Amino acid sequence: MNSGIDLQGTFIRSLIDLGLSPGLAKLLWMPLPMLLMIIGATVGLLVCVWLERKISAGAQQRVGPEYVGPMGTLQPAMDGLKLIFKEDIVPGKADSVLFTLGPILVILPVFVSYLIVPFGQNLLITDVGLGVFLWISLSSIQPIGLLMSGYASNNKYALLGGLRAAAQSISYEIPLALAVLAVVMMSNSLSTIDIVQQQSGYGILGWNIWRQPVGFVIFWIAALAECERLPFDLPEAEEELVAGYQTEYSGIKFALFYIASYVNLVLSGLLVVVLYLGGWESPVPIDWLASLLNVPETNAALQVATASLGILMTLFKTYLFVFLAILLRWTLPRVRIDQLLDLGWKFLLPIGLVNLLITAGLKLSLPFAFGG
Amino acid sequence: MNLAEGVQIVSFIILAAAVVAAALGVVLIPSVVYAAFLLGGVFIGIAGLYLLLNASFVAAAQILIYVGAVNVLILFAIMLVNKREDFRPVKFAWARRGVTAAVCGGLFLLLGTTIITTPWAFSTATPVGDDAVYLIGEHFFSDFLLPFELASVLLLMALIGAIVLARRDFLPESALTASTENLKLPERPRELVAVAKADQPSN
Repeated sequence: MNSGIDLQGTFIRSLIDLGLSPGLAKLLWMPLPMLLMIIGATVGLLVCVWLERKISAGAQQRVGPEYVGPMGTLQPAMDGLKLIFKEDIVPGKADSVLFTLGPILVILPVFVSYLIVPFGQNLLITDVGLGVFLWISLSSIQPIGLLMSGYASNNKYALLGGLRAAAQSISYEIPLALAVLAVVMMSNSLSTIDIVQQQSGYGILGWNIWRQPVGFVIFWIAALAECERLPFDLPEAEEELVAGYQTEYSGIKFALFYIASYVNLVLSGLLVVVLYLGGWESPVPIDWLASLLNVPETNAALQVATASLGILMTLFKTYLFVFLAILLRWTLPRVRIDQLLDLGWKFLLPIGLVNLLITAGLKLSLPFAFGG
Repeated sequence: MNLAEGVQIVSFIILAAAVVAAALGVVLIPSVVYAAFLLGGVFIGIAGLYLLLNASFVAAAQILIYVGAVNVLILFAIMLVNKREDFRPVKFAWARRGVTAAVCGGLFLLLGTTIITTPWAFSTATPVGDDAVYLIGEHFFSDFLLPFELASVLLLMALIGAIVLARRDFLPESALTASTENLKLPERPRELVAVAKADQPSN
């Protein structure tokens, strides 16, 4: 297996050649991928907001944003600017410390989770051995922020929204974790890189979606519920709770919630792609095409092409899922809270357990296909 | 001392200070809600300490279980049953506090001297790091099988107990006809402020 481009190694080596000490060169490298990932997540968020507005317009036979930038592409940036310049209001009897801390606690884990998202063999911040487990445990911090902002707002709708959000994300974390566990069991590793590696080699036929169709559906439903998207957006159900835990928020603090929810949506899409759709792998394996055309693996042009195609493939598949999520949001009605909890506890949880059991059985009986 | 060690020492100092401060806050702050949120802070700080000890799996499990489940559950319970009532001042509250402080201080001194005087056998083995998952799994199914299974039986009992409590048909009729008063959600009273007057210039 060729390791592709090693940007870190080249960067550090060229700095050492310039006369810097190895420690300093590493120190200079460290912030670069983090900054790049934050910028990437933010751009992904802007694209996502634009898509949401355009697709919702399409679903409702409107035009949507079209004046700011070509086809309204700059509209989300303008939205963001507007929210930044709005007055930042803390309600009179609200608890101002918790009121401010809540949105921060909601947004931080989402951005930190980008640590484990790979766009290529070496194109991720760090290959943590914990991988997806880190994501699951980080995303469990979010409900605390939601509860905090719901409580601090001093508003019954906000409190109800916060409680609902916590209940929802706790109950859907379990089917989510069970679905992930089945994939982890097949790849013998929690690391996102290993999970993608295990799916590579056979193009589209090797992807986990064929081996884990049930797990894929469970994961997708649970991820949508964790993102609080519309079929499951009970925490902020407008008709019942005004806006749930966001009711009292305005300006940049509201924007933090908004950003967190969209970045989380893109993150869920990315993880669906990593876990079930072969990550950066293209439907036709590039190695095979290269060997067909007699291009050696060490060819620089081939490596650049593979890396950029990997990023493109990841993003393409991710936005396919984001598109699906937006379409679901604008076409499906909201479930009731009892239906939501029923779906989570009485349907997804047993199915997830059975899926795990079957995967374990297949892993023992067909080790060549299920990563024995 | 190289860069990594320096970073480790600085983060250890920060984490330890944060954990101690947050833990003191949990005990000393009278507001239950603040105490519960600070408890979450303590758990996260402890997870950071585990990370410094190269036990990343334990750190992630700590966040998932203690912050994501236990602390959220505590907060949930507090917010659902949060009745705003003023507690009557207890007589000799200072005496109780004094006794508690003395007991806690004594315990602290005892444990502190124990820690300092015990000749600790430091392990010289290199930390396993990410392979800890495999090692923990092996131990769970070999020499720690009994505690592992006992814990799972305990959790199963708790699960069944929760289901029995939640299903009303097991409860007697008299328990169901509880009083319907005081079902209001906690919300501090807000008096209406005359906003329009304040805007006018005083001439």
